[in-house]
Order: sequence, then C-alpha cells, then structure tokens
Amino acid sequence: MPVEIDIDHVARLARLELSDEEKERLRAQLAVILDNAAKVGEVATEDVPPTAYAIPRSNVLRPDELTPSLPVEEVLANAPEVEDDRFKVPRIVEVE
Amino acid sequence: MTALCDRSATELSAMLRGGETSSVEITASCFQRIEAVEDRVRAFLARREDAAQEQATAADSRIASGGAPAVAGIPLALKDVLSTRGVETTCGSKILDGYVPPYDCTPWKRLKDDGSVLLGKTNCDEFAMGSSNENSAFGPVHNPWDLTMVPGGSSGGSAAAVAAGEAIWALGTDTGGSVRQPASLCGVVGLKPTYGLISRYGLIAFASSLDTIGTFTRGVRDAAMLLSFIAGKDLLDATSLDTPRRDYTEGIDGGIDGLRVGVVREAFGEGVEAGVESSVRDAVDRLAGLGATVGETSLPHTDYALSAYYLIAPSEASSNLARYDGVRYGLRVDGADSIEMMTRTRGAGFGAEVKRRIMLGTYALSAGYYEAYYGQAQKVRTLIIRDYEAAFSDFDVLVSPTSPTTAFPIGAKVDDPLAMYLNDVFTIPANLSGMPAISIPSGLDEKGLPVGVQITAPVLREDVLLRAAFALEQAIALEGRPRLVTDLAA
Repeated sequence: MPVEIDIDHVARLARLELSDEEKERLRAQLAVILDNAAKVGEVATEDVPPTAYAIPRSNVLRPDELTPSLPVEEVLANAPEVEDDRFKVPRIVEVE
Repeated sequence: MTALCDRSATELSAMLRGGETSSVEITASCFQRIEAVEDRVRAFLARREDAAQEQATAADSRIASGGAPAVAGIPLALKDVLSTRGVETTCGSKILDGYVPPYDCTPWKRLKDDGSVLLGKTNCDEFAMGSSNENSAFGPVHNPWDLTMVPGGSSGGSAAAVAAGEAIWALGTDTGGSVRQPASLCGVVGLKPTYGLISRYGLIAFASSLDTIGTFTRGVRDAAMLLSFIAGKDLLDATSLDTPRRDYTEGIDGGIDGLRVGVVREAFGEGVEAGVESSVRDAVDRLAGLGATVGETSLPHTDYALSAYYLIAPSEASSNLARYDGVRYGLRVDGADSIEMMTRTRGAGFGAEVKRRIMLGTYALSAGYYEAYYGQAQKVRTLIIRDYEAAFSDFDVLVSPTSPTTAFPIGAKVDDPLAMYLNDVFTIPANLSGMPAISIPSGLDEKGLPVGVQITAPVLREDVLLRAAFALEQAIALEGRPRLVTDLAA
C-alpha cells in the first residue's frame, strides 16, 4: 500500500515553505522512497536490539578548564541582523 | 617531466627535504593547473592563491630550519563542509552563502599547525547530500576523465581536484560513501577511516551517527601519511576515539602473504556493470597472486542497509539542519514574525534534495511513525554489524566493488532519487557499522572510465586495511591519468 503523507503537516513541523509544485513532487517521491524503506520491517524483529552508534561511547568527559570563547565580532559578522552584540530576530510574541 | 602538481605527497615531501623544490613552487604548480583546467572541471568554490603562497613561504622557511613535519609545504584542498576560520564555507548551499566560520575544524587546525598549505574549498553536493555533485547550489563538478560525466559525490570537488592535479591531496566527508564513491569514479584513492578516528569538530553536520572525515590522495601511502597527521583524540569532539597518534605508513609495505580476503557475494549481483565486475574480479586474482587466501563471504543484510540508511541519515539530517533558521548566520528572508521568517528562509535557502531529506526525516521521526521507521532502521543497523562480525571471524579484510557503476552522464539520474541512492549500496554498510574502508582504482572500463575496488577492515584495523590496499595498488600499477592532464603535457 502506498504511503499517504500529509505534506502540509510535515512541512509545518520542519518549518519549511514549499510551493504547490514542490509539494506535489515530494508527495509522490516520498511515497516511493518510504515504500522502499519499509523493507526494514521485514527483518527488524522484536529480539533485535537497536543500534544508535556503531561504536558506542558514554560519559565522555574532558577537564573542566576555562578556554577562550569564540570572538564575538567574528561570530556576529555572520548574523543577518545584530543589535548591541546580540542577534536580532523579528517579533516572537504577539503584542496586545 | 612530471609536473610538481602531479606528484605524490610522499615524493614531494622527500623533495622538499632534499632541497630539490620548494612549497612555493609546488603551490604555484597547483595554481597553474587550476588555471589550465578549472573552467572545465569546476572543482573549487573558493580559491585562495595569495594566502596559500604566504603559507607556502612560511612552510619553506620552516623546512629550511629543519624538523618540519612531513606534511609541511604540501598543498591541500578541503571540502566546503569543513570549517575554515576566515575562509568562506558554504556546504554547497545558498543558505550559507557568505558564511565565514570563526573557527577551524580540527583536521585543518592540525594540518595548518604542521605547515600545510590551503589551496581552496571544494564543491560538493549541498550539505553532502548526493552521489553526483549535481545537488550543489553552485553548479556541478565535471569528471576530469570525461567532462560530460559526474565526478560522483558528495565530495566530488575534492575527488576531481586530486584526479586533475589541481591539489596534491584533499579532505572530504563520507556519510554513506561520499569519499569512496567519488574516489572510485575519479580514479583516485579514497579512505574512510573508522567512525570516530578523526575528530569532526568543525565539520558541519549532516548525519551525526554516520559522518566520517576521509582523505583523497593519488596513492595509498599518501592516504596513510595524511591520516597520521589528522587522526587521534580531540577533546572538542565527544565521539572521537581514545586512540594515540601513530604513523600509519609504518608496516604498509609488509605484504599480504596469508591474509584472508573475503569476497562479498552480494556485491556482484544485479545492477553491477560488467566492466566493474571484471575489473574487481581481476583485483581479487591479484590479491591471491600476492599470497592472500581468497574465499567467498556473505553480508546477507546488504539489501536492507540502503533502506535503513535512507531512514537514519535523513532523520538525523532533519534534526541537524534545524539550525539554519536565519538567526545566527547565512540567509534570512524576512517575515511578519520569527516563525514566518524561518519558514521562508528555509524554503528559499535549501535545494530540492535537502528539502526531500528534511521532509523524509521529519516524517520518519514524527509521532506515530518513529517506531516503524527510525526504530526499525536502528535494528537493521544491528543486523549489519552482526553480518560484519560473522564475516570478520573468517576473514581479515572484505573486498567488493566500491560502486556498481563507473561515472554516469551529468543529468542522467537527477529525476530519479531511488536510482541515485543505489550508487551507495556497497559503501553504506561501512558507515552503518563504523568499519574503515578504502577505494583504490582497479582499472578502466571499456569506456575508459576508472573502476574502484573497495576493501573493508574491522574497526580500528587501518593497519591491515592500508597494508592490503598498498599491496594491491603496487600489483595493479595503474599508470593512466585523465586525458585532460596528459594533453597538457603533450
């Protein structure tokens, strides 16, 4: 059974603006890709544990030492909009 | 006489020490080659001739005063997903057009400290997503062996630059084959070491559980040499392994008498071109001729690896690429509020393949589908690792083609994502399992295009991998270079 995807919902989750044409193309392409990807279900049985990292590591620690931060000017030079050494963004909350 | 830019790093390093040449001359030779072929190859997104000559001058005085590291003075190209302080880094994407990193990635930091010379940044598929380099927002790279063909991807610029003599060697990244596959298609050596052996600090992330930095060189000894200078623990990358720094060229010429070589049965099936199969079979015969014990082995879940990869990699990408939001760097398209600004920025800044993978990954991770897709794919990953464990209980290294085909025409597969994804069918398992693997040229097919043979070794057995690859390379003794290059000498 071909996968039916709610493209608008997924695009909203991904914060991705898509044209109608892009949506149509993605709906068809993702269905084919997911149909093929569903093959994983054929062999991934209950008794097989998942692997997140091929070479697992945990509790990787380094000495807690002060090191210089990135130069603020160089960092902010990349920002689309800056105000007083801060990143400036459009309105986030509605104002009454 | 062979131009300096066509020589190996090993050879140039010795010449530099013997006073036979200078880094300034080698660097000039690379830029001369770039000047001669770059309008046709288009391997570079940014060149930095003046800065490179300054680095070369500094390297020359360091070499003259003695004790300089072996990589000092050797010019290098870096894939444009590797951060370089003060040098624009775009990931082949419009969304990062104009971005200048405020820090260096660790491999380049180490090479720079050791006197390396940076020629420029190489073109690649956008955010390293692709197998043909056609997904770059800045236009495709052309294969130096045949300019109508793709160089492979995603590190196509690095592969083409090394093949064409525009760089002595280069770094790329390999998430599902993005070093080995373009190396194969461009007739150079591509090494993807064990996951975690090279720090990824400063590598702009695509799929974090798979991303591995790798090398492009014109010989196996050069790969071992370059690896020696960039591998090893880095406190800035929590996934980097606790391995001591070592010289990987040591023992490389020890031969392979008695080495157990397993030929992967699944890698010679449907979809593998006849020219690829016969060239790789010849390579296997040569290994036997060198004293290796050759047998057949099986990685039974190979077919499922591709499916698992195309769930895991997009899922991780959809998360990693959330950072491109128009706030801290790169493109911003204005909107009435922050959400609209982000949504428009991402819609305008990302190309088709990146959007496809973000959508795929977002869907696979979304409520109600996570277990069926991402969860199941992670189980397949376990099965792939078990396949390798079984194979490596009988064999020291495994052999297969690197890619089922040689280079294909630009435009041939752009409208068929699944056909494009099949390019990586033999390279993906080493990423899912973390194993080191290398592609070396095994010959040319009937069209005169390079074929690559892939050797895979167990985790952290780069020593065996490089020894086997070096022995095979010496036995094959391939002389060919792209006509683009040989025509220049004529």
